[in-house]
Amino acid sequence: MSTGDVNRRHFLKSTGAAAAVASTGIEGILAARRAPAWAQGTKLHIVRWVDFIPEADKVLKEKLAPEAGKALGAEIQVETINANDVQPRITAAIQSGAGADIFFLMYNWPQLYQKALVDVSDVATAVAKEQAGFYGVFEPSFRVGGKWLGMPHSIVGNAISYRKSWFKEVGFSEFPKTWDELRKATAALKKKGKPYGQTLGHTFGDAPTWAYPLMWSFGGAETDKSGKKVVINSKDTVESVRYMQALWKEGCDEGGLAWDDTNNNRAFHAGDICATLNGASIYIVAKRQKDKLKDERGEPLFQDIDHALYPLAGGKGQYPLYFSNGHGVMQYSKNQKLAKDFLRWLHKKENFEPWFQACEGYSVAATTDWEKHPMWSKIDKPLQLFRTAARETRIFGYAGPSTGKATEAFSKYIVVDMYAKAVQGMKAEDAVKWAETELKKIYEA
Amino acid sequence: MTSPIAREAGRAAPLEVALPRPGARRRLGGGMLENERALAAVLLAPAVVLLGLFIAYPFVMGVWLSLSSTSVGNPGRFVGLTNFVKAWNDSIFRTAFGNTFVYTFWATIFKLVLGMWLALLLNRHFRGKRLVRASMLLPFIVPTVLSTFAWRWMFDPTFSVLNWLLYQTGFIVTKVPFLSDGTYALWCAIVVNTWRGMPFFAITLLAGLQTINPDLHEAASLDGANGWRRFWHVTWPLLKPVTLVVVVFSVIQTFSDFQLIYVLTGGGPANSTHLLATYAYQVGVATGLLGEGAAISLFMLPVLFFVVWLQLRYLRRLEGA
Repeated sequence: MSTGDVNRRHFLKSTGAAAAVASTGIEGILAARRAPAWAQGTKLHIVRWVDFIPEADKVLKEKLAPEAGKALGAEIQVETINANDVQPRITAAIQSGAGADIFFLMYNWPQLYQKALVDVSDVATAVAKEQAGFYGVFEPSFRVGGKWLGMPHSIVGNAISYRKSWFKEVGFSEFPKTWDELRKATAALKKKGKPYGQTLGHTFGDAPTWAYPLMWSFGGAETDKSGKKVVINSKDTVESVRYMQALWKEGCDEGGLAWDDTNNNRAFHAGDICATLNGASIYIVAKRQKDKLKDERGEPLFQDIDHALYPLAGGKGQYPLYFSNGHGVMQYSKNQKLAKDFLRWLHKKENFEPWFQACEGYSVAATTDWEKHPMWSKIDKPLQLFRTAARETRIFGYAGPSTGKATEAFSKYIVVDMYAKAVQGMKAEDAVKWAETELKKIYEA
Repeated sequence: MTSPIAREAGRAAPLEVALPRPGARRRLGGGMLENERALAAVLLAPAVVLLGLFIAYPFVMGVWLSLSSTSVGNPGRFVGLTNFVKAWNDSIFRTAFGNTFVYTFWATIFKLVLGMWLALLLNRHFRGKRLVRASMLLPFIVPTVLSTFAWRWMFDPTFSVLNWLLYQTGFIVTKVPFLSDGTYALWCAIVVNTWRGMPFFAITLLAGLQTINPDLHEAASLDGANGWRRFWHVTWPLLKPVTLVVVVFSVIQTFSDFQLIYVLTGGGPANSTHLLATYAYQVGVATGLLGEGAAISLFMLPVLFFVVWLQLRYLRRLEGA
């Protein structure tokens, strides 16, 4: 696959041709062969999370930001911070009316921050048209009142990373397919000192992407279709909680209550746990550091890793929660047009591609077109299931619309805490009742 | 006009003596430097401005926020005491409220006892006394976030060096859930806070000890008092005022502690180690419900106010007696 140089030449050629067609924005800028008249020293400040694939951040900061800066005639400053700190940063910025021009938005945050975001429908609809449309999850989460208030960027799929050889030892040549099988396998492995690792802490990624699908797949839900009635206190939800209690005691590393999103990666790489729900980062990092990360036989660890889809079968269905994300342009920003131009530039196929490839399946694009990318046929077999992972994801607030109230419930970790309280000893019915009370304060206030 | 002294001295040679003359005052900045009231106002102004800007203004804003339905991006409207009622009925708030008292109470007791003990030890003469006194301050000086990160690493659920040590020396067979169990986690936080705050107590009490006349101890021991009785009947009464001051400061800081819990546990597991400050942050800043967050944090005010009032009243009585 050719690198940046050819891309730029190709890009400039094609836009030179497009210059014949009267157009505004990027094409016009490049056709005029000079940078637009931004004020001298204009900086575009973008705040994103620290990507779990360090190479992707490297591509963004060292390749894409300078290139975009040249193309747009301004300095692009990409700041990456701990994902759990993005939300407080956004709150502070909105309240003080000053801060980054573009913020990384997770899940359905555009619903929560709708009063402070700029309408980016023109950018979003253009990209969607060109690239065969966004995945279904973005419509309820990034679109508010018919307007796109966030520009979808990518979806981080998750799956269970597991040690093939260990599961074989306890009689599972393939990863358990049902909830009951998982219980059996992990119980056997925990007896050998290799438990399943799952966090139930207050962390944005691994905890909710386990908890919500567990509830959904057993048939539970936060609200009914209207989104106004809390229905979480059901037999199905209680059953899912009882399952979690059993799995926790029999098969899980009980330290998981204090884990954040990095602990399971570290524990897996250290050979402390047999499997864990995660994005593709465990495999990718193990592969990229194959000289450092070895298994107990001294072989590169990544060779013993494979992935299985989550959630498992055996309940009422299989409904995952993937980490969909994108960018929002802030209303207080003085560089709104520049910000939109940057997003337009970023999502051009030639520019998005190096970032997409650096992710190697950890993040997939927000548009469905990228499923056809040749990278998928070339990447390792364990990573191939991430190609279509993004198609099926739900978003929280189910079964109602994914509103700001659903975000509030997520930010308060109510569903996660329901399971956390239960595994700490609370009766399943009481834990569910607690969650119902808390959710009612939000949805039925 | 010359003074008698000058006249005497001046018999030998005329002495030029500069004496203040009535007109001089006006030449020195319009009398401001001589007028005590004006000077006091000028000198206090910077402090008042700083206090007003960084303490009073945020406080008033906080009160206003707590009485409104403000959330991130929404200015909100006046809702009276709704946020306070909502907080009071919130089970997580009640846990945080209780935790704050438990945390403050036990940490203060430990810091006082250990700090006093350390101060008594350091009050003696021994080789390297200065070095020990200086290095003892390190836990207090090192930035909280930094030291708490180190402690968090030591308590790590998977890689804890303490668990490893206990396991290797045969004291335990399964991992101690330092941070993954709510009760353990709160006590870990108390331990870290004690470790951090003990030097503050020690150094302040040491200063107090040094003002006690050693003759009093001598007299007491001559009268047959042992170490404990000397402490209880001589040292402690004289140390009470200093102790009260340091306890007030410590209670205020510990009750409103944020950094330590935020870094050590984040309020987890499952909200079981939240203090009022960290929960207010989670609700107000992380979730964006600023009005509710402000209300939660304001619950600290009456408690702290009462503590300060009680202890100052006791101090005044002590000094009066």
